[in-house]
Amino acid sequence: MSELQRNTPASRVAGWVTDNLVTVIFLAFTLIGFAVSNMSFSWFLGELTGRIYRNGFLVLSLIIPVIAGLGLNFGIVVGAMAGQIAIVFIRYYNIGGTGGILLAALLATPLAILFGWATGKLYNKTRGQEMIASLIVGYFANGLYQFLFLFAVGVIVKVPSDHPLIKPDGIGVRSTVDLGMAKDGGLKYSLDYIWRVDFLTGVIVIAAAILALQLFRLLRKNAREKAAGKGVAILNIVLSAAVIAVAVYSRIARNSLTTVAKVPVVTVLLIAGLCVFIELILRTKLGQDFKAVGQSQHISEVSGINVDRTRIIAVIISTVLAAWGQVIFIQNVGTLNTYNAHTQVGMFAVASILVGGASTSKATVKQALVGMVLFNAMFIMSPEVGQAVFGQPLLGEYFRTFMVYGVIGFALGLYVWKSNRRNKLTI
Amino acid sequence: MSENLLEFKNISKSFYGNQVLKDINMTVRRGEVHALIGENGAGKSTLMNILFGMSAIHETGGFEGEVLIEGKNLNIKSPHEAMAAGIGMVHQEFMLIPGFTITENIKLNREITKDNPVSKLLGKRLESLDYKQMNEDAQAALKTLDMDIESYTMVAGLPVGHMQFIEIAREIDKQGIKLLVFDEPTAVLADSEAQNLLKAIRRLAGMGIGIIFISHRLEEIVEVADTVTILRDGQHVETKPISETNAAEIARLMIGRAVTLDRDEAEARKLSDEVELSIRGLQVNMPGERVKGVDLEVHKGEILGIGGLAGQGKLGIANGIMGIYPAKGTVTFRGKELPLSSPKNVIQSGVAFVSEDRKGVGLLLDESIEMNICITAMQNQNRFLKSFGPLKMKDTAKIHAHAEEMIKELDIRCTSSQQNTGSLSGGNQQKVCVARALTQKPELLLVSEPTRGIDIGAKKLILDLLKKLNREQGMTIVMTSSELAELRSICDRIAIICDGKVAGILDPTDSDEKFGLVMSGVKLGEEKEGA
Repeated sequence: MSELQRNTPASRVAGWVTDNLVTVIFLAFTLIGFAVSNMSFSWFLGELTGRIYRNGFLVLSLIIPVIAGLGLNFGIVVGAMAGQIAIVFIRYYNIGGTGGILLAALLATPLAILFGWATGKLYNKTRGQEMIASLIVGYFANGLYQFLFLFAVGVIVKVPSDHPLIKPDGIGVRSTVDLGMAKDGGLKYSLDYIWRVDFLTGVIVIAAAILALQLFRLLRKNAREKAAGKGVAILNIVLSAAVIAVAVYSRIARNSLTTVAKVPVVTVLLIAGLCVFIELILRTKLGQDFKAVGQSQHISEVSGINVDRTRIIAVIISTVLAAWGQVIFIQNVGTLNTYNAHTQVGMFAVASILVGGASTSKATVKQALVGMVLFNAMFIMSPEVGQAVFGQPLLGEYFRTFMVYGVIGFALGLYVWKSNRRNKLTI
Repeated sequence: MSENLLEFKNISKSFYGNQVLKDINMTVRRGEVHALIGENGAGKSTLMNILFGMSAIHETGGFEGEVLIEGKNLNIKSPHEAMAAGIGMVHQEFMLIPGFTITENIKLNREITKDNPVSKLLGKRLESLDYKQMNEDAQAALKTLDMDIESYTMVAGLPVGHMQFIEIAREIDKQGIKLLVFDEPTAVLADSEAQNLLKAIRRLAGMGIGIIFISHRLEEIVEVADTVTILRDGQHVETKPISETNAAEIARLMIGRAVTLDRDEAEARKLSDEVELSIRGLQVNMPGERVKGVDLEVHKGEILGIGGLAGQGKLGIANGIMGIYPAKGTVTFRGKELPLSSPKNVIQSGVAFVSEDRKGVGLLLDESIEMNICITAMQNQNRFLKSFGPLKMKDTAKIHAHAEEMIKELDIRCTSSQQNTGSLSGGNQQKVCVARALTQKPELLLVSEPTRGIDIGAKKLILDLLKKLNREQGMTIVMTSSELAELRSICDRIAIICDGKVAGILDPTDSDEKFGLVMSGVKLGEEKEGA
């Protein structure tokens, strides 16, 4: 790009800000939110982490299609449906607890593979318009989904009308289904409550793990990589050390941070595991193919990579992850909004990852994580800011909607604007 | 065992009854650099497509004759089979992924992998990449080429010369490479880079690899090749050891006198010395046709030809003047400087343009003939419009009348003036383009590739039309064309563009040899300045 114009510190900062404009706006909004509302930090942290445990998995499911050049896969909605179909199934047979949630994930997998394969086929036919196709596929699939649960269940498959899942007239699934608490044989928190640790303990463990990883990397890296990543590594080490210090201090001082909600260890491990999985798969032959196909389908084809198949695999992985992500989401919420829970999944996940600085052609685990934090922070903050500034929490609600769609539109526009600027011929 | 690595035996190929190759015989020995030369459309690419078993060949009915590799007819049906047989290609457009490192590009889809627990369960595609081994291999391949660059450097941002070498490194990293095809490898390189490349080619040949070297630069061919084969219009003209020939002879054999569109008047016309259009230091950034500093003067009432090989920048000149691509320099038309990058102003100054991109820039394919003819005049000269206060509407009657007149005058074959231009034949489409340009009542007409994709009869009509406009109305015409024969048939002077600059201005009656040499960028000792 315009490297030549970016030599002064001021223009370099300006360049960085334009490149990360969406992220900067959200960061600013969060900070302003803290300034104008009198929200307690520990309450905010509790809310924020709770939301991240709930939908982190879904956001991460978007990364691989972006790398494989398919853009932002709004079609994870279809994966979410697979997850919900599985949930309805196990709820119908009253299977709950940890076994129930595992069975749900297991049942959702073949469905998601099938759906992912079909949408992948469609994306290969709509090359270049994958994103709009993925958006429409979500709406279209919603029709089939409604047909299944509003008509097929009850009319085609006979079900008892006194079942708590079924509408009183015996046709169709209720629009809101209570899943029951895990300890009572239900599904709510069946994953989250397997093992929970105190928030500060969790923070200390995670920070310590990051610290150890960074130290290990710093020692293991060869000379070249070390020179490039040294600054960042040291910064990470210092930050994690500081976080550990604050956490230890809070524990001793018993300040408000001790009241933050507990950490669901298994869910966090799953999210962390997914991050590691994505990083690892990118280092395999398959991952290399994703990257090659994402950058140039033509060159990949000429080099003998099966482009269509590679793209379909990317979509299948994304769809399966989304199905699992939705299962995690629903066990946390505890009620199944049969006809609404999945509809916004694609939008929210896409908005999150865009806020983290991803684009339709580039996405990393780091961007997904940053995006989750900032996007959820905006969600929590909006009503508070509305209350504090206008005395109207409802305004904050409107603001949320505005931000979700605004950020998607803005990020997409910005991306096109940037690539046009880059491709503009000059003399 | 035969020394012949590759043998083409009586290769013929036709596309839809149009013979593009006829009885080609050619052999490449181990360690030989065999140059293949010919004008655009001489059949070089088709021959290489046959060698690589490209689908374009098989989907159009295959070819006649035999391709023997080490004496065996392998019947290669796809580029992959060609690769497996040890044939590699260094592409003219780089097949490199910019966001990958040099190593990743060299090893593209041939990555070295190690198994891991997951891959043992789920298959080879999940094996981890062995970056260390890959880097070592890549570095070794680069070393063979005497390239001093770290293999983990990102390809994006490297100079083009390096990219070319990475392509070559990829080919030699493949196991058992026997034959390497270089398709115009030096076209995009600076002189010093080209020299390095030629050295590398010699080194590869020294390793026993057979090389097919396709190039337009005669000097390079004489320098690097052992043997040269010349094709012209799909026919095998000559194969000679380079020691028995020279650049001048190759140039003459390459151009030949294939198409004869004869000139009526043998001697040059007396031309006015008045300068109509003066171009100074014109640079145009047209992708694939870059102009790198052209100085040219167009005299009043002449037909100036602009010729040269594809990709050398001849098309960029007219496009730059019209402001279709970003341009820099001074263009003075009748003593007034034209603003570059503003097509509207240029058109209003009295310059009309018939684009080489007929279907993209030249025509609105889904609009009627009459709209196509009048649209530029409507947009830029406020003609064919009726005013209703502040509103302007098109004057249908006037448009129709004018279009009918043009259709008659230029003999555009159509069902009516309402017919969409998309459904016309190439020749008639071109006439609509010319009609549109004439409707602007221009003082200077820029015409690019007026006969591209047009059959021979229509070609003659278009050329006659241009000539008539020039002779009868005194219109100054600048005609850009890849077909030297047609330039020579109607132009008064011909400027040959090579590497974005004017390599020489020749008289249409100059010898084939001279044209060939100037087009190939050879500096003429006694270069005659026609301007």
